[in-house]
Amino acid sequence: MKTVRVLIVDDHRLFRSGVRAELGESIQVIGEAEDVESAVQAIAELQPDVVLLDVHMPGGGGQEVLKRVLGSGSQVRFLALSVSDAAEDVIGVIRGGARGYVTKTISGAELTDAIIRVSDGDAVFSPRLAGFVLDAFASTEAPPIDPELDSLTQREREVLRLIARGYAYKEIAKELFISVKTVETHVSSVLRKLQLSNRHELSRWATARRLV
Amino acid sequence: MSHAPEAYPRLVRPVKGRVIAGVAQGAAAQLRLDPVVLRLAFVLLTVIDGLGFVAYAALWMFTPKEQVKGRGPARDWGQFAAYGVLWLVLAGFGWVTGASSGGFGSWPIAVGGIGALILWQQADPGRRQRWMTGAVKQVRTTWVRTIIGALLVAVGAVGFLAASGELAKARTGLVFTAVVVGGILMIAAPYLASLVKELQRERTERIRQEERAEVAAHVHDSVLHTLTLIQRNAHDPREVTRLARSQERELRNWLYQPKQDADATLAAAVRRIAAEEEDAHGVPIEVVCVGDCELTEGLSALLHAARQAMVNAAKYSESPVISVYAEVEADEVTVFVRDRGKGFVLDDIPEDRMGIRQSIIGRMERHGGSARVRTEPGDGTEVMLTMKRDT
Repeated sequence: MKTVRVLIVDDHRLFRSGVRAELGESIQVIGEAEDVESAVQAIAELQPDVVLLDVHMPGGGGQEVLKRVLGSGSQVRFLALSVSDAAEDVIGVIRGGARGYVTKTISGAELTDAIIRVSDGDAVFSPRLAGFVLDAFASTEAPPIDPELDSLTQREREVLRLIARGYAYKEIAKELFISVKTVETHVSSVLRKLQLSNRHELSRWATARRLV
Repeated sequence: MSHAPEAYPRLVRPVKGRVIAGVAQGAAAQLRLDPVVLRLAFVLLTVIDGLGFVAYAALWMFTPKEQVKGRGPARDWGQFAAYGVLWLVLAGFGWVTGASSGGFGSWPIAVGGIGALILWQQADPGRRQRWMTGAVKQVRTTWVRTIIGALLVAVGAVGFLAASGELAKARTGLVFTAVVVGGILMIAAPYLASLVKELQRERTERIRQEERAEVAAHVHDSVLHTLTLIQRNAHDPREVTRLARSQERELRNWLYQPKQDADATLAAAVRRIAAEEEDAHGVPIEVVCVGDCELTEGLSALLHAARQAMVNAAKYSESPVISVYAEVEADEVTVFVRDRGKGFVLDDIPEDRMGIRQSIIGRMERHGGSARVRTEPGDGTEVMLTMKRDT
């Protein structure tokens, strides 16, 4: 089994060392960064497989790192990790290009799984993120602008619902009588829609959440 | 008001803060007066027969300059412009009324000047300074407006006096009065605006302080309190986790969640129940809600059943975490309570066990809903509760 090279970007030193200690053997932490500048530099130098990215950081936060690294054409994969479950943070980093979002309460084993999944090019959704997506793509009277991007298929909805219910990918596969690979395909497809859709509800929904 | 230099301490002309040569400032320091007072006095005296000009020139000649190393700071040209404009207006007024040649006509100027000085002296120093800096800044940025205003005042005054000779044309006089008032308003507008701005600034500052006080009070009441409790319970990991967890949830609600009335909507009620059971049993309960709606009688029954399911999971399953998922759809509401604990065989539950049969399944059916329990030994338990929305 190949090891995944990971860069940890977080402004809390204690948290970085905590994550380092918790990660499984298949993960190799090749570096740490504590702000936007050092993160962009370290990513360019070290070319990690996966960047564990904190959402709130001095100098613009995770979204700024995503903008600068992905904007320069890099293919590095990001997994966002944050204490916040605020909707605008979650949707913000996903639309910024992260391949997954998990909260810092996640266990070491689950985080290891999530990193491996992201390094394979798949998406990682926490139950809460799945809930947000279902909420944002909830059926409305207005017809979608781009039917391919602006609505979820029945199957995608089922998969998200199971994630929101706390099912692991393997359990979802068993429940729906499909393979884990198919589950991953559905989740990746949802991620793509989430990133590319210009559906009004998505931004309006996030804004409304913040304002209420 | 004497401008003669006293013997003690020697009168000098300071460089810092001077408008022309520092004469007025030096004399003011000597007399322990505000330099503004003396500057206004000089301006006023200059209007009357050029007296101030002579006095200033004489003092300039006889007073030594303050010793400063290197180049002194630049003049405050904003103030210079302000006094210049003031002088122009007074001179224009004096010329028109003939007041500058002394006699009865100079009395209004003297009275007005003294009144202005009294007002100026009465304002407290801090406020005076703010007025002054505000006004100077305004003059600097809006000097065009100031000059136009001053011109209008002059034109208005001249016109009014010209018209007052012919009472029949009183209407013209009124027009000119309007022009005068307009001119004064135009001059005064920036000062009034700066006052209003000042008031607003104070108001926002006060609001910010109140917010800060609220945050401080909140941190003190909750976070500091919990940290103290955690230190006291350091020997009991379970209790420490419970305290940290409940504090985290509380802080999160305060920071991110919209202020909801916990008894009004379904999502808020689900979160509240999960929080209560988490506190009671020390097992983390993760809640995800999709959609929301008003509570009805049927939904209250659903919530009771959901609470019972959470209690069962927390008490018996030995699962490290419980997932709760509530979804509101157009016609029905579904709540899932899932654990990854040891599970059980449904048929082995004795008939008289109230939890599952009565509190969950029975309750749901009585209110027109349904409950489904999926469990297998070693594979966790999931309770699915569905209730139609009565619309």
